[in-house]
Amino acid sequence: MPISKEEVRHIAHLARLGLTSGEIEHFQGQLEGILAYIDKLKSLNVEGIEPTAHALDIKDVLRPDVRRPCLEIDKVLRIAPQREGAFYKVPRVIE
Amino acid sequence: MSLNTLTASVLRERLHAKKATPEALRADLKKRFTAVEEKVRAFARPPDFKAPADRAEGPLRDIPVVIKDNICSLGEAVECCSKILQGFVAPYDATVVTKLKEAGAFVQGKANMDEFAFGSSCETSCLYPTRNPWDLQRVPGGSSGGSAACVAADEAVMALGSDTGGSIRQPASFCGVVGMKPTYGRVSRYGLIAFASSLDQIGPLTKDVRDNALFLSAIAGPDERDATSADRTVPDYAKILGRDVKGLRVGLPREYLIKGMDMEVRAALDEAIALLKGHGVTFFDVSLPHTEYAVATYYIVATAEASSNLARFDGVQYGLRRPDPSNKEDGALVAMYKKTRGEGFGAEAKRRIILGTYVLSSGYYEAYYGRALKVRTLIRRDFDKVFAGCDLIVTPTSPTPAFRLGEKMEDPLAMYLSDIYTISANLAGLPALSVPCGMTKSGLPVGMQILARPFDEEGIYRLAHFYEQKTPWHTLKPKL
Repeated sequence: MPISKEEVRHIAHLARLGLTSGEIEHFQGQLEGILAYIDKLKSLNVEGIEPTAHALDIKDVLRPDVRRPCLEIDKVLRIAPQREGAFYKVPRVIE
Repeated sequence: MSLNTLTASVLRERLHAKKATPEALRADLKKRFTAVEEKVRAFARPPDFKAPADRAEGPLRDIPVVIKDNICSLGEAVECCSKILQGFVAPYDATVVTKLKEAGAFVQGKANMDEFAFGSSCETSCLYPTRNPWDLQRVPGGSSGGSAACVAADEAVMALGSDTGGSIRQPASFCGVVGMKPTYGRVSRYGLIAFASSLDQIGPLTKDVRDNALFLSAIAGPDERDATSADRTVPDYAKILGRDVKGLRVGLPREYLIKGMDMEVRAALDEAIALLKGHGVTFFDVSLPHTEYAVATYYIVATAEASSNLARFDGVQYGLRRPDPSNKEDGALVAMYKKTRGEGFGAEAKRRIILGTYVLSSGYYEAYYGRALKVRTLIRRDFDKVFAGCDLIVTPTSPTPAFRLGEKMEDPLAMYLSDIYTISANLAGLPALSVPCGMTKSGLPVGMQILARPFDEEGIYRLAHFYEQKTPWHTLKPKL
């Protein structure tokens, strides 16, 4: 299945991935090859087949609703690139 | 004999009998590291070889363990060998680390890996490629390449890896060690940096089957911090070792005899089968008809989940942050996301994020992701049918022995296809182990894979241990 440079650029934008034009070109070719390979799934009839998101049955796990300590805010924020007080600091969102 | 060459079970006996000391063991490991690490490059960062602060009484007391660089250990760097996580220090212990400490063991250091476990050769690490101790011009396999190489090179007694599509078993096979991917849910993943959450499992890489069983007994079990961990009691796996194998029924999937299978791999497996037949194991052909769709299914499911899991690396909460004032199109926050991720992720991570985003994107979701989940059902049903008639399945772990560095780096599809025998176990959630089963003429290890029904790790250990006791492969050491 052919995939255009514009599509690669669009997907990269959705993924918030900054790519150089060289990278876009490089990935375009490789993605076409990979997509051509995974297209082999289209030859299978999957009508009426239930999807498997998890291989084994899993059920909701509940614990008693009791308060207990979690990670300390300071320990968590210490590894943040930028913080202010008890908050993560990010570039301005609203102009 | 230097202590670093011994298995944990032998070391435990010597330590217990006071014929060896923990200090001497650490000194021997340090000596080995100094002598060979420059060639092998199995570690992500040099270990400090210090004594652990304190350690519990337990079956692994004083045994050092190397862990893959995607498993958190309180206060230590954990970077997934990615630039985007450089400088990240774990704020807590993964459950497997808590458990290995409760068993008396301690973390010796962090092993090199493919970036975010994306790879089959350890070449996508942002640090350097690890080399195969048996031939330094070849890859150790991946993504747990550092974990396998440090055990094979006797720089470690045992190691932890993670396996999403073969990342424990394929490097175990390439490096001549024993590697187990337990049943999905058998081992808690709390503190494992996620790649593909419906496929990832943590498991042990060891010098022999006994150590593997000991180690898995120590780390397995339910965990309230991982909702996907299975609420089942864990058997003492060591108890199954030494049992006879007479009467075991083993299936050989005919779809696995593909064109690309190396003749020496085929010969080694045939010889292993002949040996086991001589001891009363029954082998017969079985069919897993959807095998040829496994790699395609895997690369849709795994990249879709990865693109979602890796969304958290955006320069806000941890790791790298790169603002981009030159980007006027996107606004400051999105510009920062893009620049951070563009600089922080390596080529394979980017490739997988793009592919995963593509198969989940509007207009393609049903055609790719939706369809892949249905094919996953077909693959799982193949195994259900086969296991209705046999106890175990045996295959080669990899179609070839270790390939050369650089050989597959420019051809992602060829790299993906090297996981053809290991991927199905992850898609179906099954336990599977690689045990050394031969050497090629040029001196490269070959691995045999044993698969079982969900939660029948015991059945795997029983056959693997019996086989190991009858063969010399696990005793061979690379010349470094």
